Amino acid sequence: MSVSDVRQKAWSAALIVLFFVAWELFCLMTGMSDLVLPRPSQIFVTLFEKFPILWPHIVQTLVTTMIGFVLGVALGVALGAVIGVSRTAYDTCYPLLVGFSSIPKVAVVPIFVLWFGSGTVPAVLTSLSICFFPIVVNIATGLATTEPELEDVLKALGASKLDILWNVGLPRTMPFFFASLKVAISYAFVGAVLSETVASNRGIGNVMMTASSNFNVPLVFAGLFVLAGLGVALYVLFSLIEGQVTGWATRKDNVIAT
Amino acid sequence: MIPLIFNGSAAGIQLACTLLVMRMQPNSEFAGEPMAAGSAPTAIELSEASVTFGRGARAVPALSKTTLRIADGEFVALVGPSGCGKSTILRLVSGLARPTTGVVIVGGREVAARAMRVGMAFQNPTMLPWMTIEKNIMLPLKIVEPFRSQFRRLRKTEFRDKANALLEQVGLKGFGGRYPWQLSGGMLQRANLCRALIHEPRMLLLDEPFGALDQFTREELWGILQQLWMTHKPTVLLVTHDLREAGFLASRICVMSARPGRILDDSRVDFARPRTVAMTFEPDFVALNQKLRAFIVDARTAAREGA
Repeated sequence: MSVSDVRQKAWSAALIVLFFVAWELFCLMTGMSDLVLPRPSQIFVTLFEKFPILWPHIVQTLVTTMIGFVLGVALGVALGAVIGVSRTAYDTCYPLLVGFSSIPKVAVVPIFVLWFGSGTVPAVLTSLSICFFPIVVNIATGLATTEPELEDVLKALGASKLDILWNVGLPRTMPFFFASLKVAISYAFVGAVLSETVASNRGIGNVMMTASSNFNVPLVFAGLFVLAGLGVALYVLFSLIEGQVTGWATRKDNVIAT
Repeated sequence: MIPLIFNGSAAGIQLACTLLVMRMQPNSEFAGEPMAAGSAPTAIELSEASVTFGRGARAVPALSKTTLRIADGEFVALVGPSGCGKSTILRLVSGLARPTTGVVIVGGREVAARAMRVGMAFQNPTMLPWMTIEKNIMLPLKIVEPFRSQFRRLRKTEFRDKANALLEQVGLKGFGGRYPWQLSGGMLQRANLCRALIHEPRMLLLDEPFGALDQFTREELWGILQQLWMTHKPTVLLVTHDLREAGFLASRICVMSARPGRILDDSRVDFARPRTVAMTFEPDFVALNQKLRAFIVDARTAAREGA
């Protein structure tokens, strides 16, 4: 890591600290009621005190998100592979996919609740339905952009479609795939919390709804902090994996000239 | 270097042509006849092969009835105006395309849009960026039998040695562990040739492999390709726009007409090997270039008037 990287990170950290300090000072100076906007210090204290109670809900939200995410990825990869390999399938399926993805997912939750009752299942389904689209699009794009010359070289060698997909198509798609995973994990998380908020008796979304109806505003904000923390953690996790797996797509230094 | 004394002098060109005629056999002797290159068995045979893209009113004829016979181990260059169906011939021979009419026989078997396991290289080297050069070169071994079934067992040893031996032949010794983005265009094109040859194909199909390189790199790679051909002796079909390249490398040059392509002229090139870049400035060579050039200029003019 270079000096400028360290400096950049220091500035980022400083900005976050500054944000909370400004918030704290604003509340203190204006004498803001903690029913409207609690101070960060209050929120952190609440978070610390209520953590044992929050923990099962955190686990619930995380598990729901991950199940929805994994299913969404599986579905997205399968669909993206089919669409990406065949131009006809791409053109045929695209309008339907766009139509489906433009539906606000909050509107779908009541339908899932109607079918499966409230709880984990609609949350998983919501997170699945919200996160699979970016994966489909990215997988399909990655596969569709394989160089035709290379395909010819391999076909002339007697390679089957599966050979080409396995040796060229899928590895080539990895940068697209991991970029979409970062987006998808955030989406999956949003979907899970959304569904918990509307219809569930467990999960961080539900905790926040309950807390807000009890006017326990610090707890509402504590829930918000937990969500932000989890969201960032998941994003960072997938960024790290992406860097490990698809470093070749971003490395461009150290070129040898002749 | 020999000065271009004949250049621009009509009499000189005529003289040089006369000299050349003795080296080159006239067109008629080739049509449908086995190559004079000898008793070597036929590697590629196109009989009355034509290709039309699309159907009905929108049909585009790419290749009109073409008959071409190439003997085993020959190095044939296809030259001609852009879009004349040179690449279509390569696609026919490699099994990537099927003739609309006529027959294409490669290695004694009819090609019916079936892969012929030939080595191919295009202008774009298309190295996979996530693999080292060595692994890129070994890619055909993962696909072509019998290497395919041995791949897991041998990739660390014999296959790697094979790849490195080829890399050494093209002057890329020690670059096997590099990634494609660390290499220049010329180096990538050398690696591309290695990838086309790793599975020891009987046939090498090259579609303007050096088109994107600068003049000096290109000339250097001619030498390397000539060396590879003299060592491995595959049958080579080279599509090129560069007449000097064709003259330097090929043992036979076929000139094609404008679309829909057909073969206008078929000449043997008997300059001694290994040929050098200096030879491409000698009168014989220049005269050959002039002759080929005239064919292509005529073909272009005819196409423009016909259109």
